[in-house]
Amino acid sequence: MLETKKVGSVMIVGGGVTGIQAALDLADAGYFVYLIEKSGAIGGAMAQLDKTFPTNDCSMCIIAPKLVECGRHLNIRILTLSTVAGISGSAGNFKITVKERPRYVDVDKCIACGLCAEKCPKKVSDEYNAGTGRRKAVFLKYPQAVPLKYQIDPEACLQLKKPGSCGLCEKVCDAGAINFADTEKAHAFSVGALVLAPGFEPFNPEAAGIWGFGKFPNVITSLQLERYLSATGPTDGHLARPSDGKPVRKIAFLQCVGSRDENKCGKGYCSSICCMAAIKEASMVKEHMPGLSASIFYMDMRTHGKGFDKYYEQAKSELGVRFVRCRVHGVEPHGKNGDLRLRYINEQGRQVEEYYDMVVLSVGIETPKHMLDMADLVGIQMTANNFAAASDFSPVTTSKEGIFTCGAFAGPKDIPQSVVEGSAAAAAVAQFLAPARGKLTRGKAYPEERDVSMEAPRIGVFVCHCGSNIAGVVDVVAVEKHAATLPFVVHVERNIFACSEDTQQTLISRIKEKGLNRIVVAACTPRTHEYLFRGTLKAAGLNEYMVEIANIRNHNSWVHAENQQVATTKACDLVRMAVAKITSSVPLAAVTVPIVPKGLVIGGGLAGMTAALSLAEQGFEVHLVEKTDKLGGNSLNLKHTYSGEHVPMKVAKLIDRILLNEKVILHKESVVSGVEGFVGNFKTTLKNVNGRSRTIEHGVGIVATGGKIYSPDEYGYKTIRRVVTSIEFDKLHDLKETHVKRGKSFVFIQCVGSREKERMYCSKVCCTHSVQSAIELKREDSSRNVYILYRDMRTYGERESLYKKARQMGVVFINYELHGKPKVTANGKSIDVELWDHVLHRPLLIKADMVILAAAIVANKDAENLAKLYNIPLEENGFFQEAHVKLRPVDFMTDGMFMAGLAHYPKPVDESVAQALAASARAATLLSRKEVTLDAVKAIVDPAFCDGCALCIDVCPYQAITLVEKDAVTADGQAVKIVAINEAQCKGCGLCQGTCPKRGVYVAGFTLDQLRDQVRAALQA
Amino acid sequence: MGFEPKIIAFCCNWCSYAAADLAGTARMQYPHNVRIIRVMCSGMVHPELVLDALSHGADGVIVLGCHLGECHYQDGNRKALARSEVITELLEDFGYETERYEISWLSSSEPDRLVKAFTGITERVRKMGPVNARDLAG
Repeated sequence: MLETKKVGSVMIVGGGVTGIQAALDLADAGYFVYLIEKSGAIGGAMAQLDKTFPTNDCSMCIIAPKLVECGRHLNIRILTLSTVAGISGSAGNFKITVKERPRYVDVDKCIACGLCAEKCPKKVSDEYNAGTGRRKAVFLKYPQAVPLKYQIDPEACLQLKKPGSCGLCEKVCDAGAINFADTEKAHAFSVGALVLAPGFEPFNPEAAGIWGFGKFPNVITSLQLERYLSATGPTDGHLARPSDGKPVRKIAFLQCVGSRDENKCGKGYCSSICCMAAIKEASMVKEHMPGLSASIFYMDMRTHGKGFDKYYEQAKSELGVRFVRCRVHGVEPHGKNGDLRLRYINEQGRQVEEYYDMVVLSVGIETPKHMLDMADLVGIQMTANNFAAASDFSPVTTSKEGIFTCGAFAGPKDIPQSVVEGSAAAAAVAQFLAPARGKLTRGKAYPEERDVSMEAPRIGVFVCHCGSNIAGVVDVVAVEKHAATLPFVVHVERNIFACSEDTQQTLISRIKEKGLNRIVVAACTPRTHEYLFRGTLKAAGLNEYMVEIANIRNHNSWVHAENQQVATTKACDLVRMAVAKITSSVPLAAVTVPIVPKGLVIGGGLAGMTAALSLAEQGFEVHLVEKTDKLGGNSLNLKHTYSGEHVPMKVAKLIDRILLNEKVILHKESVVSGVEGFVGNFKTTLKNVNGRSRTIEHGVGIVATGGKIYSPDEYGYKTIRRVVTSIEFDKLHDLKETHVKRGKSFVFIQCVGSREKERMYCSKVCCTHSVQSAIELKREDSSRNVYILYRDMRTYGERESLYKKARQMGVVFINYELHGKPKVTANGKSIDVELWDHVLHRPLLIKADMVILAAAIVANKDAENLAKLYNIPLEENGFFQEAHVKLRPVDFMTDGMFMAGLAHYPKPVDESVAQALAASARAATLLSRKEVTLDAVKAIVDPAFCDGCALCIDVCPYQAITLVEKDAVTADGQAVKIVAINEAQCKGCGLCQGTCPKRGVYVAGFTLDQLRDQVRAALQA
Repeated sequence: MGFEPKIIAFCCNWCSYAAADLAGTARMQYPHNVRIIRVMCSGMVHPELVLDALSHGADGVIVLGCHLGECHYQDGNRKALARSEVITELLEDFGYETERYEISWLSSSEPDRLVKAFTGITERVRKMGPVNARDLAG
């Protein structure tokens, strides 16, 4: 049979953060992307959020650069108001028809001035604000929308419903962009693969009735609260009661509304994100309104992600958020003024009545009907809970070849996991379409750089409001006025969000109109946003290094929120410093070096093997390093994944594929002993068990060194023989050991070593693991007594069905608190387990045959060595620290280095695999290029001052400086020496600059003069 | 209002500048007296910059780098530490109190240490009074 000729393009359905990530990774790796978005702009649910947990980053601020990047990417075509209408052909060459609904606004003409919406007489409820506000019939989805184009809602527009009745927008639009005659368009595209990332919809609690949503105005959903808290929301970020505008003093959050509830909403699964969202929202409202009391009513706090438990503890102990373990079954009105009454049974068993100003329903997530129809249309299988079905070992591959999935459509998950899956889907697609890579993509073309070397500085200053993040504290008008007084500043303006796509367009036009040759953006941190503005300068034909960011948010408005006056003064100072620095900036030429198209993966466990195989199948040579003599790592200890897949069989298959793949070069019994080089050109030295060394050249590195099991020193472990860890128990069980076989009473103790002071994190896998073991014990012999002693059962997502099954089978779940840990003592042939029963309110004694400890997953010690060698950071618990917890979950801050698996944080099989694929996708975006552009921040020698004293040579950490002869001789005929810099080796650290006594060497972008100008500007005033 | 010192802080891009970003994200509050100047490495800070700052009216200068052994550029912070001795001697020569200068280490995940360092130098210098106050008094 002839194999289908694969097409080098991909269609991604869904323009949320997941689809955006997949689109960017694929487009950067050589595939043309059609990004299909149902609404009028990309951004998805993340664009609606105010802040994101656990860093409280402003959601819009962190997603905006990705929106902009997507919008301006040459190899991504965004189709808004579009849906998939039909699919034919086969994997590798699908023909997909897309239906594009009319926008009634010509996107080529619309300049987003907003006059149309101003004049439009028709107001309707605003979906973007989750129904909390109103918008016009002609509207912009949100202020930072990409594409930044208005659209007309045909359901609301008077003119469209009854021609001749209005048409005001058309009259006021100077651009002539309104087109009432617009019609639906059908497109047909040939693509090699399809990625489904349509996301989710929040559960609508109205139909269930019991929470009073839709009836009592002060009962709102968690998404509505996000909109109230957001600076771009209906109340400009001020939280007041919808009924009467009264400030909120007392607020309650009800968890599991539309989750873990088959009776009232037919949803058995856990939505995974609502616990953290509620903690974040409670923390935020407390920050907005000091003195406010916030209570969260929950069944189990599921804060299982990286940094989540710490966040939970902080909310509890530092911010004073109140947590009440109980499910509240209804909300009632109290009096006539909008107050609300909650009645519940507290942990002491008493009935309690409390009154609140506002009740927030932490609504779950679900797959709506139209997405199910699409799944049907393209022919993929869904789980019983209506999420896309996939194997735990290929979590982004659907049941149909050539169709992939990611994000919340493939199961409830938070933003980092969605981003991981977006990248993972990109890797899976790239593996599948490897032969077609680069066939349909175009190279980036920037306009020719304007020569500004002879121009006097003309500085433009852009002051960002960052919604209310800056403008809420700093008097931005005063900053604007101050900037205008500074030397060489010829233009100043303020922007609501300097990072939004429309501001980038504004920047480009201002640079051209006003002949600006230097830009200062007073906004957030250059560490996350500098690259964005550099791209904008390039697009405007200006050297990308002619921009300086004044960090008036992270270093100012956020840290001096209590004193607006000093924050304003400081903002002016920071702007003055940036202006001083940029004044003497000169255009810098980027240095490009070829990329070694090979990968190095450290760690031969599940994550490492998956990443290595993925890179190999994408066509790159990979070196896989494993310190032991065996591949498999921790996965060799596992029997079944949560969905019941047999781990040993799957791992054995994976090992076979690794061994058979010619592109994978295996180095067993080897460790990394030395590292040199930089992105694109690493040289890693491996040392094997015999002491032999070998150096490998590679362009990228993936760290997947795993984790290990914590060895408990409590509950009689090590002293009582039948107290074992979960992994030990699995082995005994597998071997049909007598005590297990004959045992009648088993006690599982959860959180052993996790969620304690020394290890304030959740090990994520243990609740599910113990529940699975308990089910197995009950299945073998239903007369057995099986107890699980837990703090919070964290069977998140679709794992919840296991928890339910265990309860149905008679497994007894008993809650304990950290201050009342169970006591385990040997008592002859059995083991006594004592604890306090919170339901019966009395002490409880269990006679156990075996006690199984759900021991924590801890970081590997090896990580410390690798951290030093590659300059990659570890966090406080010894796991590797990603570049950004939300949006760069597998990247290191060090270019060219990525991570996956337990080395990053405890996680189950499916998440390790997804992360490994994601690391591979991210690595492939580099490997698929021919060369890498290095930062131009490098040392430069000033021959007028360098006298060849060579002091800098001694301090240079990279041996990038050498002494060379100058074309001159001294009076006594000696050759004059001077230093020279090897640009590829220099990393711009500036040790030479700090050392040079003669000002003979400086770092471009950070010259001694520039730093001195900054110092002096700071002290002027 | 009493004396409000002016402090110049040189923060390295990889640890202390990142920690300052994180202090913002975590909404930690610290004295407004500090002006951060971003450098690639603490080892980039030339002694001349410290002197220049003090002579132009800075009441204190702090250099913050990564923890020793964790420098992004292998050992740039050790070079900075070695240079610190030279800086201290220079300060003495020029008649500045050496307490007006400080070099400290913190990682990118330790905004609390940054806040402590900023608060520490601000309070110390506040007690010392304005730079060169001795000369003026004498």
